[in-house]
Amino acid sequence: MQIIKDKQIIDDSWSYIADDADLKDGDISVSLARWKKDKQMLLKSNSRIGVRIGPADSVEDIAADLKDIQLIELDFPAFADGRIFSHAWLLRGRYNYQGEIRATGHFMRDQVFYLSRVGVNAFSLEKTEDLPVALSNLNDFSVNYQKSIVNLR
Amino acid sequence: MYQYNDNDQTLIEQRAAQFRRQTESFLKGQISDDQFRALRLMNGLYVQTHAPMLRVAGPYGLLNSKQFRKLAHIARTYDKNYCHFTTRQNIQFNWPQLEQVPDILEELASVQMHAIQTSGNCLRNTSSDHLAGVCVDEIEDPRPYCEIIRQWTTLHPEFAYLPRKFKIAVSGAKHDRAATQLHDIGLHLVKNDAGEIGFRVLVGGGLGRTPIIGQVIKPYLEKKHLLSYLEAILRIYNLFGRRDNKYKARIKILVKESGMEQFSELVEKEWLLIRDNLELDAARIEAIKAQFAPPAYEADAAQDTSFAKLQLENKAFSTWVKYNTADHKVPGYRAAFLSLKAPDSPPGDMTDTQLDAVADLADRYSFGEIRSTHRQNLIFADVKQADLFPLWQQLDALKLATPNNSTATDMICCPGLDFCSLANAGTISVAKEINEALDDLDYLHDIGDVKINMSGCMNGCAHQSVGHIGILGVDKKGVEWYQLTLGGSSENEAAIGERLGPSIAKDQVTKAVTTILDVYIKQRLDDESFLDMVKRVGINPFKEQVYANN
Repeated sequence: MQIIKDKQIIDDSWSYIADDADLKDGDISVSLARWKKDKQMLLKSNSRIGVRIGPADSVEDIAADLKDIQLIELDFPAFADGRIFSHAWLLRGRYNYQGEIRATGHFMRDQVFYLSRVGVNAFSLEKTEDLPVALSNLNDFSVNYQKSIVNLR
Repeated sequence: MYQYNDNDQTLIEQRAAQFRRQTESFLKGQISDDQFRALRLMNGLYVQTHAPMLRVAGPYGLLNSKQFRKLAHIARTYDKNYCHFTTRQNIQFNWPQLEQVPDILEELASVQMHAIQTSGNCLRNTSSDHLAGVCVDEIEDPRPYCEIIRQWTTLHPEFAYLPRKFKIAVSGAKHDRAATQLHDIGLHLVKNDAGEIGFRVLVGGGLGRTPIIGQVIKPYLEKKHLLSYLEAILRIYNLFGRRDNKYKARIKILVKESGMEQFSELVEKEWLLIRDNLELDAARIEAIKAQFAPPAYEADAAQDTSFAKLQLENKAFSTWVKYNTADHKVPGYRAAFLSLKAPDSPPGDMTDTQLDAVADLADRYSFGEIRSTHRQNLIFADVKQADLFPLWQQLDALKLATPNNSTATDMICCPGLDFCSLANAGTISVAKEINEALDDLDYLHDIGDVKINMSGCMNGCAHQSVGHIGILGVDKKGVEWYQLTLGGSSENEAAIGERLGPSIAKDQVTKAVTTILDVYIKQRLDDESFLDMVKRVGINPFKEQVYANN
């Protein structure tokens, strides 16, 4: 499966492990609940770790763990749930998270420009055939009125 | 007024191009109805009873003659030769074709206009005092701050998918003409004890199904912190506002359910963390202020004697001056209201011919600028007193000089069932009937300041809950009924109107309104206004008569 990362289409190395599935080697992401539950076990593994966050989760809950997390997936249950945008902003702007932030789930390619401006740098689209267009959507605007999270400081 | 620089222009052109792509994707079936709905709403496009409705932004109500000519052109080319001015100083077209909307947006962009964020669950057009910069009771001109907020809200990446719509209004005068207490955020320019000017910030006001008056969250905010404080409120709202029920999703419900104390603590905590990164520097404020510098007023305008003389000679002119002009801070100038409430035309509507003619008059008499008001009229803000007579004559010929500003026929009215797919009941025909019943100008002027607001459904676009007399259309088993309220106000002493009693049938509405006005005429004290009398006697004397007659 391919995704967009840092404005390029690349092969994705990550797998999401459902809460009731066994952990495995490789780059794996888990839910916030599972991360909280199995944190010690996950930290001991050789895998790179990602955590999937939904709109109702609080980013503050993983603020102290961010150094151990290489990927944060911000998962849209519905494209209109704008809490995701504030989560991304907080991860970058407040907690200074430097790893990959990836949008997943039911978002629209028309949202990738705004998402990139609040700090999302990777996009896993529902339909991979939309990737080239989504890539071009990252350049929908060349001018802005607000500071982007990328050049906040 | 503010003139776009290259960046401003590029942004609206790119937005128009983006919408063209989105429309094409939708027409090709590449994006769903649901997705396109969100995208088109954020560009002011509703799907209505007969056709889409396009809402064009009137930034804090300020427009120029070139833009008016463009609106006329759009009305002629893409619509049925008219447009509609709204309570939030925007402009609506009721008959465009979906396929042509991208072309309309391109036309608008050519005159520094757009439809960005005029609907949808996002930051809406900022509205303000229609007498900003010219009124005699002003602390400071709010327009530069409106423009700063306009830019900050435009395509704000974090707050484009809020729980619900979000409206900001700014007032810089002692008298609140912008209904700021009924906005999600209301800003008042105020002076502190040290004589410095900053903002009093209100939050949680709003109309619609659950009308609530906003509360003060920050009694005094330094100007440099304006954007950081707005951002703090918006972030807390975006994260914690309810998304489970669209009728409970406005910020007013969050404030109500969490309590002002807890809500303001959350905002304060957030604000302290971000404010140093988002300071507005004084140079930026000054640069924007320079764009609102006063026009070249003539120093000897007050020496004219014709104005006083013509008022003595011509009763119709002096009546118009009395009702449809307002004091101006510069001697020899007045602000002139153009009434969009002629008896035989739907409130707030204008034809292409009128739009073009008004553009010419603005060029001749008011420095080429035109403002739209919260009560769906227009204003020439800077008219020399010597020019008022010829201006009045020409406005009269255009049916824009009905001397009814702030009277019972200066109704706020939504398009209602005739156009709007949300409406439960008609409004335009009822407004017409009330107009016909109140066609005696002397009677109308004797009644004085009565604000009638009428909405065709409980979404309340015409602010019926804050009308002195509010009329709300409801549906009862497929029949149009109307719920009356009394005693509402959107001004300094904002109040939500009280229900008069059970709703009444359509053919009884006009009779009920005239009965209410008759009770007022019979029972008022010397100079008592309608609203003051309702406050003094309550609704019972009105209720008894209205329901006795029904």
